[in-house]
Amino acid sequence: MKFAVVVFPASNCDRDMYHAVKDVLQEEADLVWYQNSNLENYDGILLPGGFSYGDYLRPGAVASTSDIMQQIKTHAEKGKPVLGVCNGFQVLTEARLLPGALLRNKNLAFMCHQEPLVVANAATKFTSGYEQGEIVRFPIAHGEGNYYCDDETLEELKANQQIVFTYQNNPNGSAGDIAGIINKEGNVLGMMPHPERAMEALIGSDDGLRLFRSMVENWRETYAANA
Amino acid sequence: MLQTHDIGPETVEMDKLYSDMGLSDQEYDSVKNILKRRPNFTETGIFSVMWSEHCSYKTSKPLLKRFPTKGPHVLQGPGEGAGVVDIGDNQAVVFKIESHNHPSAVEPYQGAATGVGGIIRDVFSMGARPIALMNSLRFGDLTTDRMKYLFSEVVHGIAGYGNCVGVPTVGGEVQFDDSYEDNPLVNAMCIGLLKHDELQKGIASGIGNTVIYAGAPTGRDGIHGATFASDDLAEDSDKDRPAVQVGDPFMEKLLIEASLEVIHSDALVGMQDMGAAGLTSSASEMASKAGTGMEMNLDLVPQREPGMNAYELMLSESQERMLLVVKQGREQEIIDVFEKYGLQAVAVGEVIEEKVFRIKQHGEVAADIPVDALAEEAPVYHMPSEQATYFNEFQQLPETVPHVADHGEMLIKLLQQPTIASKEWVYDQYDSMVQTNTVVTPGSDAAVVRIRGTEKALAISTDANSRYIYLDPETGGKIAVAEAARNIVCSGARPLALTDGLNFGNPTNPEVFWQMEQSVEGMSAACRALATPVIGGNVSLYNQSRGKSIFPTPIVGMVGLHESLEHITPSHFQSAGDIIYVIGETEAAFGGSELQNVIEGEYTGKAPAIDLETEARRQQQLLAAIQSGLVQSAHDLAEGGLAVALAESVFNGKGLGLTAELAGDATVSLFSESQSRFLVSVKLEDQQRFEEQIEDARKIGTVTDDHLYTINIDGSTVIQEDAVKLEELWKGAIPCLLKSKA
Amino acid sequence: MKKVNVYITWKQGVLDPQGKAIQESLHSLGYQEILGARVGKYIELEVEEGPDIEGRVKEMCERLLANPVIEDYEIATSEEVRL
Repeated sequence: MKFAVVVFPASNCDRDMYHAVKDVLQEEADLVWYQNSNLENYDGILLPGGFSYGDYLRPGAVASTSDIMQQIKTHAEKGKPVLGVCNGFQVLTEARLLPGALLRNKNLAFMCHQEPLVVANAATKFTSGYEQGEIVRFPIAHGEGNYYCDDETLEELKANQQIVFTYQNNPNGSAGDIAGIINKEGNVLGMMPHPERAMEALIGSDDGLRLFRSMVENWRETYAANA
Repeated sequence: MLQTHDIGPETVEMDKLYSDMGLSDQEYDSVKNILKRRPNFTETGIFSVMWSEHCSYKTSKPLLKRFPTKGPHVLQGPGEGAGVVDIGDNQAVVFKIESHNHPSAVEPYQGAATGVGGIIRDVFSMGARPIALMNSLRFGDLTTDRMKYLFSEVVHGIAGYGNCVGVPTVGGEVQFDDSYEDNPLVNAMCIGLLKHDELQKGIASGIGNTVIYAGAPTGRDGIHGATFASDDLAEDSDKDRPAVQVGDPFMEKLLIEASLEVIHSDALVGMQDMGAAGLTSSASEMASKAGTGMEMNLDLVPQREPGMNAYELMLSESQERMLLVVKQGREQEIIDVFEKYGLQAVAVGEVIEEKVFRIKQHGEVAADIPVDALAEEAPVYHMPSEQATYFNEFQQLPETVPHVADHGEMLIKLLQQPTIASKEWVYDQYDSMVQTNTVVTPGSDAAVVRIRGTEKALAISTDANSRYIYLDPETGGKIAVAEAARNIVCSGARPLALTDGLNFGNPTNPEVFWQMEQSVEGMSAACRALATPVIGGNVSLYNQSRGKSIFPTPIVGMVGLHESLEHITPSHFQSAGDIIYVIGETEAAFGGSELQNVIEGEYTGKAPAIDLETEARRQQQLLAAIQSGLVQSAHDLAEGGLAVALAESVFNGKGLGLTAELAGDATVSLFSESQSRFLVSVKLEDQQRFEEQIEDARKIGTVTDDHLYTINIDGSTVIQEDAVKLEELWKGAIPCLLKSKA
Repeated sequence: MKKVNVYITWKQGVLDPQGKAIQESLHSLGYQEILGARVGKYIELEVEEGPDIEGRVKEMCERLLANPVIEDYEIATSEEVRL
């Protein structure tokens, strides 16, 4: 499987994402600069964390208007997987590929530590390697990870099983304890916690491995079925 | 404030305008001698910043010479942006600490943020990718609204900048003492990694080569910041607000990526960041180091505001700017790289043979100064030194043991002292994990960052117990270096070298200068004993207000090397049943202790004694035991003594407890701050081998799984507390202080 | 050119912890009369003269300056400014 890690100005988890899929998972991957690039030949798109455009205006807002977003939307429409982590999640909501928005953490402070998450939907292309309801530990590192949507949208997310990860001890005030959601079609996942920081026990957790493996395995199955 | 550049050289002299800029009469006369004429307004400004303490080290130079700076693995000692140490496999680690005290006292968020930005630029301008940040902070007691504000905003500023640029803040230390009431200390350290052939220097060689300005345009911010940083913090320092720079971490992140991309081009000759004294110091230092001159046309310098004069352009401390020297004819390839990142890069001058620094604006020469006069011929002062009167008194005092009625209660009190209490409130706001190399996150003795693609890791620690240094600067200086090395060793690494952030009061006070002299003496002795040379650093003087100096605070930022990832050792106990040892003897040592602070509210007496030979031997033995795989956890004994270290060792949410059997005076056993001691846990089956290897190890107890903290002395229980409760109190102390109303 | 001011505020129903913190601080300073505080953004645009300035700025708000999921906006065009 060939991944594109899209690099915006001041993305800063781009190398971490690249390392996770390239070195740990041993899949093909490229760092793709947001300008003058073509995403057509990639199987999966990864939007990394960071502070694209310095988080100026609103996190993810400026990046969501860049030209490459059109290519990402086309890729998503084809049903190919897109994963946005942290700032990548913020970009996806700003681009309306996912509903809702990310507000400042309720305590107004940036927070960085391992956080236990519940796998709320293990039946997605991204989470099939987990057990439903399993507790996993991923680092969080954000100042604006407080998921917000109106009540109607929240009900819809619940009804459609679009809530993929929830916080066990909601650290930031997110509606419905939401840590990660998927689109209705099931191929665009956005999440605040960092699976790419949880790839090796040496640095605290390897619970993120199965997320990327699920992506790859599901892609292989689809690809093998189509071939 | 003087604004106009129309003021003639005569007026500068007659009205003593030079003295407003920080030059003494004598210094002004030497400028006249060097130029063989009166300096104009701009030139006077240039001399004043280059000859400020911050840029010239004019009062500290004679002391800095005493530090050992060489070692077989030192690739670059003091003098460049940062020091460089070889770590094998063609890799090297680059690091430096720098203070941003005065700006942080005036505008804490921006002061701290730009301090982080500046130290990062020092590291990547050497060609190294920044891989970790540390910081060492000092504040007054957290009892006033003002102090809570300063503390919170400094932390926000560090987080706001460091998190955005994607360099993990992996640790540091925070201490609170009322000597920092009006003058908090903010020292930031950056660590970078490079391959040997990527090492860049800030030199302007090659006559005819082009000088390129890259990054943010120049505004009027921070003018005279370098002289401002070298002045007393007056009560009306709020007036100085415009001198504080504003940071743009987004720009910095782009500048890092662009700069690290251009180092791979052989068109690049030299690169230096524009830090204190901005364009003036970067340009003149680059030329001076290369033995060349430089001519610059200020009309070409990108400007944020209209109508800036030469004085303002040369002295501005606008952030996120770099100066590069590029081979003639190959400018465009460098400019293209910066443009890819949306950054401005423009040719502003050239390297010339004549060793002068010549600035032109609007077709006229605005400054024409011999290069070496600025960088090399700065005055050096040998200040008078006089033993502090308090020192003699303190040395005469007998060593006494403070009276403690209830040791359990005292432990609870100590754990809630802000200097000892958990700093989670601080470090949770820092992204400590970006770059996915952080093995040991903040809250341990030393942070540990692995080097991807190798079996190696780096340990990093910052330390300085300024209470000891105040009581006895020489002994305290030794302890500062020894403690940093202890932390490195406890993590399983071999100490390599250190950077120092020397923060002192007013050096024209002979007692302050004596503190400087003595502490440098003590640090140097420890550096030699522990084979950790000083590879660079920073001096911050005049840290005082209302006539009262801060405690002498020479901060040690030390880096060590793990030869194998297997050697990485936690500071917390790991499993029930492990045997607990203390390495080193405990004597009554309460001068400058946290216990003395709690009971007496002041520091008197002698600093704890330290024998550097014993220190070195114990460190080597412990490291050898760790490397042989015999040690489950290792923690150094510091503020609050053994009782506090034991508690910290069970504070990791594993539900562990401990039982310790001690003998003798309970207060001494539990709270003394005797030096060169370690708390170690060892598996039962390794007990014998461990005892054979470490001669000074004494078994004191066992790790348990009942989350009870139990201390027996001579057979009777002196403390029994629920470790979970202790941990809650320890963790809650700082948030609680911040919430409480003043 | 014209100066156009854009005021961005939180939509009703969106929690504004910063506003709440300000309200509490003002209370602790003795300003009990403060019943609420909301923090917003204020953007000054310098716009070249042309047709339908307000319409175009409205479009800018929809596309970038405000996030309609969480934010409302108001546009105020001031008198012509000469530089």
